[in-house]
Amino acid sequence: MPTPHRPSAPPAGRVDAIVLGTSAGGVEALTHLLPTLPHDFRPALLIVVHLPRHLPSLLVEVFSVRCRLPVHEAADKQPIQPGTVYFAPPNHHLLVDRDARGPSLALSADAPVHFSRPAIDVLFESAAAGYGKRLGGVILTGANADGALGLQAVKRRGGVTLVQEPSTARAPTMPQAALAAGEVDFVLPLEQMPAVLRAWGDGGAI
Amino acid sequence: MLDVATKEFDIELRLLLEALYLKYHYDFRGYALSSLTRRLAQAADHFGCATLSQLQDRVLHEPTLFPVLLDYLTVQVSELFRDPSYFRGLREHVVPVLHTYPSLKVWVAGCSTGEEAWSLAILLREEGLLERTLIYATDINPTALQSAEAGVYAVDRVASFTQNHQLSGARTSLSDYYTAAYGGAVFDRSLKSHIVFSDHSLATDSVFAEVQLLSCRNVLIYFNRDLQERALGLFAESLCHKGFLGLGARESLRFSSHEASFTPVVPEDRLYQKR
Repeated sequence: MPTPHRPSAPPAGRVDAIVLGTSAGGVEALTHLLPTLPHDFRPALLIVVHLPRHLPSLLVEVFSVRCRLPVHEAADKQPIQPGTVYFAPPNHHLLVDRDARGPSLALSADAPVHFSRPAIDVLFESAAAGYGKRLGGVILTGANADGALGLQAVKRRGGVTLVQEPSTARAPTMPQAALAAGEVDFVLPLEQMPAVLRAWGDGGAI
Repeated sequence: MLDVATKEFDIELRLLLEALYLKYHYDFRGYALSSLTRRLAQAADHFGCATLSQLQDRVLHEPTLFPVLLDYLTVQVSELFRDPSYFRGLREHVVPVLHTYPSLKVWVAGCSTGEEAWSLAILLREEGLLERTLIYATDINPTALQSAEAGVYAVDRVASFTQNHQLSGARTSLSDYYTAAYGGAVFDRSLKSHIVFSDHSLATDSVFAEVQLLSCRNVLIYFNRDLQERALGLFAESLCHKGFLGLGARESLRFSSHEASFTPVVPEDRLYQKR
């Protein structure tokens, strides 16, 4: 007879993907966070950083040398692989599509949201629809309210949510807006996030 | 805006697409659900519908609603000479080959409100090719096609058009091609005589001409993989041997079975040549 599941314990491998949004101060925050993720980190990581529209993004170059995980710029129709970091390309929204072949990345040239393209809400809402409860959502430092609604969509679909403790953020507006929009599971400084993200991935106790 | 992250929304979305197909013969069932979701949520918001079921009810029983919904589902805001480096790539790598043909046909697939078609007409005139060229500009949205054919754009957009045109390697001034009137820039009628605007669906129609250049930018990203495969199949069929295909800045043949049918010409500008 199988051991009864403790209701409080997260199920093994709780999330298949983590969506992360950030703007002002985000690149610096990510340089503290992403290199701490181990090479066997299992969830896919989909990231929107607000960037200037017409400049080529250097995020992949910056982070692929620092991370133990493969880092790519998101391409349209690309199947989402576990343990892989994908950055939204400049001037396009990043979304998640799911069909019989499994989850894949989708891009769109639709109008900016919150004056941003890529917009965090767009990614989070489509990922919430695609992954349901097997999704984690993370909002880091930033200077506008993008991501607040998206994080609630993650939560409504049963996903798990994390916001950077605003007093530790370079720009507190985005974390504050995310907290003001509704209940959030974790509010933590950057240093305490890697353990939580790893636990989301392997289903261990947090 | 209505909650798109629910199971009910997914169900209602599929039902609505089926309803649109059965009633209006527009087939959005092969579109990427992620972008459709956002656009339909915006449309529902616009019509004051709390659910897609309500929107479905109204669009089935109020035919005047459909053109507005179609705009939500299809219209792309574009620019003249959008992504100027694409047009530089055309001038440098494609135009010299086009000069070797006695007559030319060009297909702008999914032309929306016409910016791409007018840009290509201007480019081809600058390169001395327009007189031998017929441009087919196609779309599924009749309202967008009417705007495309009118060739009138708001004056406040002209500054960015002009900048794009210069960055594209312009040989003339954009102001040579339009006249300003009533707050709009009206593009030159002598360009228009080389453009045929026509209704065509990449989802349901077939090939109608052999073309030497096919430009289809920021259309395939809105299709799912199966519909993208269909469209690329039409493109491969329509292009002549060694014909050129241009895609959007973030579109590629990478995840398509048609990749082997094309050679990249300027990979960073998504210009390909049929093998």
